[in-house]
Amino acid sequence: MIAEYSLPAQVDVLIVGGGATGAGILRDLSRRGLHCLLVDKGDLGTGTSGRYHGLLHSGARYVAKDPLAARECIVENRVVRRIAPACVEDTGGLFVATPDDPDDYVTEFPDRCAAAGIPCEEVSVADVFRREPALNRSIRRAFRVPDASLEPWQLIEANLRDAENRDSRALPYRQVVEIERNGAFISSVSVADVRSGTIDRIAPRFVVSAAGAWAGRIAALAGVRLDMAPGKGTMLVYNQRMTDTVVNRCHVPGDGDIMVPVHTVAILGTTEISVPDPDIYDIERHEVAQLVAEGEKLFPDLRNLRILRAYAGVRPLYSEEPSGSDGREISRAHVVLDHERRDGVTNFVSIVGGKLTTYRLMAQQTSDLVCQKIGVDAPSTTAAEVLPGQGSERAYYWLGDRLSQHEATGGGDAALICECEFVTRPALDRFLAENWPCSLDDVRRGTRLGMGPCQGAFCTFRAAGIVAEAIARRSLPAAEVGFVEPPPPAEPPPPAEPLGAIVGRDEPTRGDDAELAERAMVAFLRERYKGTRPVAWGRQLQELWVATGIYWGTLGVDAFEGGADNGQGTAEASPRRVGGARAAR
Amino acid sequence: MTIAEVVGAASAEAIGLSADACLKCNVCNTVCPVARVTDLFPGPKYVGPQAQRFRLGALLSPGTGEDSVVESPDKTVDYCSGCGVCSTACPAGVKIAEMNNRARGANRSGHVPRLRDWLLGQTDLTGWAGVLTAPIANWSLHNRLFRWLIDRFIGIDRRAPLPAFKAPPFRWRLGKRHRSAQLAGAPPPERAVVYFHGCAANYYEPHVAAAALEVLERNGYEVIVPPQVCCGLPLISNGLYGAARGRARRNLEVLARYARAGYRIVGTSTSCTHTLKSEYREMLDLDDADARAVADATWDICEFLLDLHDGDNLDTAFGTVAATLPYHAPCQLRSHGIGLPALDLFALVPGLEAIDTDHDCCGIAGTYGLKKEKYDIAMAVGEPLFRKIRSMGATEAACDSETCRWQIAAATGARLRHPVEILADAYRAADVAGPKSPARTEPAARSSPTAPAGG
Repeated sequence: MIAEYSLPAQVDVLIVGGGATGAGILRDLSRRGLHCLLVDKGDLGTGTSGRYHGLLHSGARYVAKDPLAARECIVENRVVRRIAPACVEDTGGLFVATPDDPDDYVTEFPDRCAAAGIPCEEVSVADVFRREPALNRSIRRAFRVPDASLEPWQLIEANLRDAENRDSRALPYRQVVEIERNGAFISSVSVADVRSGTIDRIAPRFVVSAAGAWAGRIAALAGVRLDMAPGKGTMLVYNQRMTDTVVNRCHVPGDGDIMVPVHTVAILGTTEISVPDPDIYDIERHEVAQLVAEGEKLFPDLRNLRILRAYAGVRPLYSEEPSGSDGREISRAHVVLDHERRDGVTNFVSIVGGKLTTYRLMAQQTSDLVCQKIGVDAPSTTAAEVLPGQGSERAYYWLGDRLSQHEATGGGDAALICECEFVTRPALDRFLAENWPCSLDDVRRGTRLGMGPCQGAFCTFRAAGIVAEAIARRSLPAAEVGFVEPPPPAEPPPPAEPLGAIVGRDEPTRGDDAELAERAMVAFLRERYKGTRPVAWGRQLQELWVATGIYWGTLGVDAFEGGADNGQGTAEASPRRVGGARAAR
Repeated sequence: MTIAEVVGAASAEAIGLSADACLKCNVCNTVCPVARVTDLFPGPKYVGPQAQRFRLGALLSPGTGEDSVVESPDKTVDYCSGCGVCSTACPAGVKIAEMNNRARGANRSGHVPRLRDWLLGQTDLTGWAGVLTAPIANWSLHNRLFRWLIDRFIGIDRRAPLPAFKAPPFRWRLGKRHRSAQLAGAPPPERAVVYFHGCAANYYEPHVAAAALEVLERNGYEVIVPPQVCCGLPLISNGLYGAARGRARRNLEVLARYARAGYRIVGTSTSCTHTLKSEYREMLDLDDADARAVADATWDICEFLLDLHDGDNLDTAFGTVAATLPYHAPCQLRSHGIGLPALDLFALVPGLEAIDTDHDCCGIAGTYGLKKEKYDIAMAVGEPLFRKIRSMGATEAACDSETCRWQIAAATGARLRHPVEILADAYRAADVAGPKSPARTEPAARSSPTAPAGG
């Protein structure tokens, strides 16, 4: 059972932002003996890190335009494979020359890889077609590189666990609402619990902003101007892997030119559109169409395959010169901003730019600067030490892993809560015990619940029921509103005004758990629906109707509190009957 | 491209990706005869479209290349009997049984096949060996020590229904009928059909083949019996895709020649005809012009006779067969998607009251129920059917598939016959009674031929 954690009044370093980079910094600094706290306004890994395409870059994608980033990628690719094998699937990567790709790029590609230190081997297209029969048969050349796929939430979790073993902490749903400066020095930071509304004040010796696309906001709170250039990247999630290898077009990187098999799905990425606000963006229909059209150059049958959802992440792009240029022109390399040199704030740095593949390097360089400033000599050990939870054999993850483990422990469908992703009752119980209070969406990130083809149609009511049962049995404490759905954290909450109405109930009653289950269910379905809506046609649309039949037809969630806005886009829960009751003639 | 074009084109065809069509509705689980009786099999949805997303190389067909197939992580797929009910029931069109079959094939590909599975796959080889040594072979099959030995050391259940060999094989009884692989000298396609007898009629049930010849020739067709080997289905069922492909190619080479010349290919084994119609293309990826020509030309014998009747070309001068006859429609027949033609034909026979037992599966599913670890499952699957036949007190029952006949006969003690045997009886009865017997009689009662299992 989780005890309520109250924030320490003092820490060595406060890290803002619980993505991969923040988690990496927490790990790096805690390994150097510093007592750190990480906060994020949402769940950990819900920003850009949880919304990327799942690629562990070999660097080959950047060889032409960004050789420095390419070089960093291949070095860190090897490091991540070594320290986090359980998060990596060694898919390998292909760069294929379709008829649309210019000859000179293809010809120069192997040399450019060699110059960046990236192993690149030309392979026979006949072999490639034999292993990947869905590929476009007019591909004329293919190169093999050490791309892989990388699961972000497990990686973040492993980094946090390493830090927590060293007495540092990471807290989700804690938003920085105020940064107080005493001249050139940040003296205190106010952090709001977005679920309860309570605010704590912390006095860190040093503040690191790893807020990525949101770094400008944190800097502004500290009175520093930092202009990010957030770039939206939209991706499509295919229900099945039409390829077991990462496939890239061999050309200057563009839209819809990479397919990454990650776990049970394949992700087609990406678009690149500048957005003024990293919290406000929609997925446009033309983006989806464009992705599919481009993706068909790799896999001609793509438009016949089922898309589960579309999602977008916001790249934390940063350019010193506000050029207003196309996002693809901005370097993917990262920058550690020393706000002492840049802005005269002595105990504040921001890490901006970069990509998930180089998260550890970014964390190390940021931590090096922090340590240098606060006088810690210990070197970084994050590249050498394997992360916790990587298994005794330190083998890569493989696609059949979860299913074969389930079969090894008895198999069968009786214990399956999420049938699509093989999430079992024990796995769900374990997650709840370790992470309560949490939302079903947090459960999803931790277990993949609801991420398969039915997108929650058959698991949401089961999971909600299990949570309600646990509350009724008191094996989980009566929860706060946070279980259901955290309030949108876009605006900082006004201090001293509690946000949630259902806070801190002491005595759960029968009504509490039922109501919580209902609210959790609706909140989760609404979240799932958000991603399905842009791709709701064919099979996925039918699946939506199945879900609608279950929740609105059978379970009648429109009668629940908050269920009337059913997330399916119709604010009116049930149609008004016209003409009254059926009249006898 | 516009979004409208993307949306308009959304449909998946290939087996490997047909899991895309699954809406998780559970209809397959509710109709699965195996999942109904055992927890050893987690159900078609689990091992089908759900497990499919966890399989590497999901698009690859087993047996096509030495390095191409990765084992499926779910070993429980082996408990799928392959009856195919799930595929016929799926409202979304997921090729569940085919997907499961491929997963089983992938799990066996690259391994030395288990002796038992290899033996069960080689029906033509064991057939020849058995026929040539029929007295000894048949004695052995009833010898308790021999059965105990093959149970213990090979894994074929000692209680499983193994049919007796009948020497000489059917092919030796062809007389002057055309039996060449070449068309030269064959009667013209308007007046002749090609007969695919399969292994069962050749080695175990030549009387079924004889009845087929009798009925076809009675209707004015000369019967051509070109050289043929096992259709390959037992090999496919036992994961031996490479060997199955070899058999298929040999059959296609001969049969395609006849199919292209306009001959229809008629079979008495409903599983062989289903293999010719769809498994060569769907399971073995032999989707070429030969395979398509043969698929289009192939008919199950009852389907063929009913088609003659639809064109008013069937000799309906049947004599009276006074009997109440339980009829079991095998799973393989249902996979043809042709209704239950035997019931329609039985309705033409005066005095015959055929009763649809209306049960989905007898359990045997080819060679599944012979296997030691699956025998009890197979018997449990078929138990409601056996009970029904026993309770009717029937001494005879009809079924289109040989392995089902052997299973039902062993379980009920009834004599199991192919529908074409019943029709041959009816023609003979007409000959005995003389030409005055009524040509057509509407049946008193019969089940709807299109009623689904469990309907």
